[in-house]
Amino acid sequence: MSFQKPDFKPQYENYIGGEWVAPADGDYFENTSPIDGSVIARVPRSNANDIDMAVKAAWKAADAWGKVPASERCNILFRIAARIEENQELLAVAETWDNGKAVRETMAADIPLAVDHFRYFGSVIRAEAGQVADIDAGTVSMEIHEPLGVVGQIIPWNFPILMATWKLAPALAAGNCVVLKPAEQTPVSILMLAEIIADLLPAGVLNIVNGFGPEAGKPLATHPDIKKVAFTGETTTGRLIMQYASENLIPVTLELGGKSPNIFFESVMAEDDNFLDKAIEGLVLFAFNQGEVCTCPSRALIQESIYEEFMARCLKRIEAIQMGDPLELTTMMGAQASNDQYEKILNYIDVGKQEGAEVLIGGEAYQNETYPNGYYVKPTVFKGNNKMRIFQEEIFGPVLSVTTFKDEAEAMEIANDTLYGLGAGVWTRDVHQMQTFTRGIQAGRIWCNCYHAYPAGASFGGYKKSGIGRENHKMMLGHYRHTKNVLMSYDKNPLGFF
Amino acid sequence: MYVERVSVTEKAAAVIDQLRQQHGDLMFHQSGGCCDGSSPMCFAKDDFLVGSRDLLLGEVHGCSFYMASDQFEYYKNMHVMIDVTQGRGSSFSLEIPLGLRFMSISRIFTDDELANLRPLEVC
Repeated sequence: MSFQKPDFKPQYENYIGGEWVAPADGDYFENTSPIDGSVIARVPRSNANDIDMAVKAAWKAADAWGKVPASERCNILFRIAARIEENQELLAVAETWDNGKAVRETMAADIPLAVDHFRYFGSVIRAEAGQVADIDAGTVSMEIHEPLGVVGQIIPWNFPILMATWKLAPALAAGNCVVLKPAEQTPVSILMLAEIIADLLPAGVLNIVNGFGPEAGKPLATHPDIKKVAFTGETTTGRLIMQYASENLIPVTLELGGKSPNIFFESVMAEDDNFLDKAIEGLVLFAFNQGEVCTCPSRALIQESIYEEFMARCLKRIEAIQMGDPLELTTMMGAQASNDQYEKILNYIDVGKQEGAEVLIGGEAYQNETYPNGYYVKPTVFKGNNKMRIFQEEIFGPVLSVTTFKDEAEAMEIANDTLYGLGAGVWTRDVHQMQTFTRGIQAGRIWCNCYHAYPAGASFGGYKKSGIGRENHKMMLGHYRHTKNVLMSYDKNPLGFF
Repeated sequence: MYVERVSVTEKAAAVIDQLRQQHGDLMFHQSGGCCDGSSPMCFAKDDFLVGSRDLLLGEVHGCSFYMASDQFEYYKNMHVMIDVTQGRGSSFSLEIPLGLRFMSISRIFTDDELANLRPLEVC
């Protein structure tokens, strides 16, 4: 089946202080769909004035929102989850139009995961508590959590609604008000989400300001009344966000991507069973979301003893990846999110060819007959070595770089020979080998005999240049609040010093 | 005459001129990582704090072009040409509001070129 295009409004506004507000200077930009290159809607091109208005509106709400009991914040997050669930199809199809990804994914992953994420943070905020310690017979120490106040969040374009949720749910659960800037490629689905949930939150708790990085993102990241910035993106902007945060001495959390190894040991082929089938699918997951995933398993490390046979079976599975209309449930891969992203991927395919890597499949753009003006790339596999740029730089496209290893020592060396450390996959039937690699790989998430699962409650974040902080887990609450220590003396006697 | 590590297309140079009128002196820093990473970012000269381990690869149309030294390990044998394309990257790079995106086009140096490259400057 195919889904109808949602009724996008011709023009959206910023959401500030509980109202839909036109940008101060009256400027808008066109939001295009990567599916067919068409204009979806006009979106505010905001600047420092709009950010300032949003920060003020957020502070106006901050005191009251910070005092709402955890039980009520929990209820509100549950209501948000239920509202998203009721509107799953609308949001999934809108996400597909905005981002280009196949509706098969938005229906099965993006939106259901967002629903569960709000429920998770609703649950943990209700269940957790501060700490109390008896320091001595007359002294009690209490660790009390208090919200930061107003936080800034800059959202990436690869999973717009889900990544906004990863940042919003812990911030709201912890009692903060938020000024959120969606990515300029994909603002509309988040604005539709806001329309759907707006009445569930007090005015000013959630504020959304649209616009370009240098014009709206920078004023948000440098604003003196923002108490924390959360950002997902790339390393240069990550450095800039830290630099801006240093002006105000505020904390940041950053998720900056990776070049995740996916390691296949010879035991996966010991039997021709469901597990082997799962491992083959595990390699092919590089094509999930057209490769536009920070943890894309973009380096496959295969033990040489099984390489030929294992790779032959993987290539057969890659050949079977269905491309076509992203709005059909049978389509497995959609469009890359923007023209420049599409061009960058093709440039990297060219770099791989220049470096002497062998193209095993794909290696070119895909001509989509339904949407000739969209941005489609064939799933591509290179064979090469780990020193090549296609093994070291994040392409953020459906491009897999494959190499082989002799033994465990070589596998570990290649796996950790990267500037990044976000994710890794290990596939083996040997539990001891698994243990060696789960602890030996320098990355924040090790998938063992699985890949690309993102359940709420499993922490997610980077080692090395992949970032700072752990999302997707209740420990993220700690990044969204102060700890206040209350030191209580029950002793009536003076110290005797003075 | 040294062989340069970085160059710029006429089209990209015209965009640099346009941005310079608005923002003054400019610089580039090659990004890594996800989303809009692995692309050159263009900033006002003093907006981005160049790090003590960033490398100056050369000048493009009056702009210094920097890269983190660990990332440069993989660019040692590559020429980088800054080009520009239609598109909407999201980052703090200054050309984004124009509906344009700078991009790096790479080419492997020949052996003759490698023997005569401009020396790198540590910042």
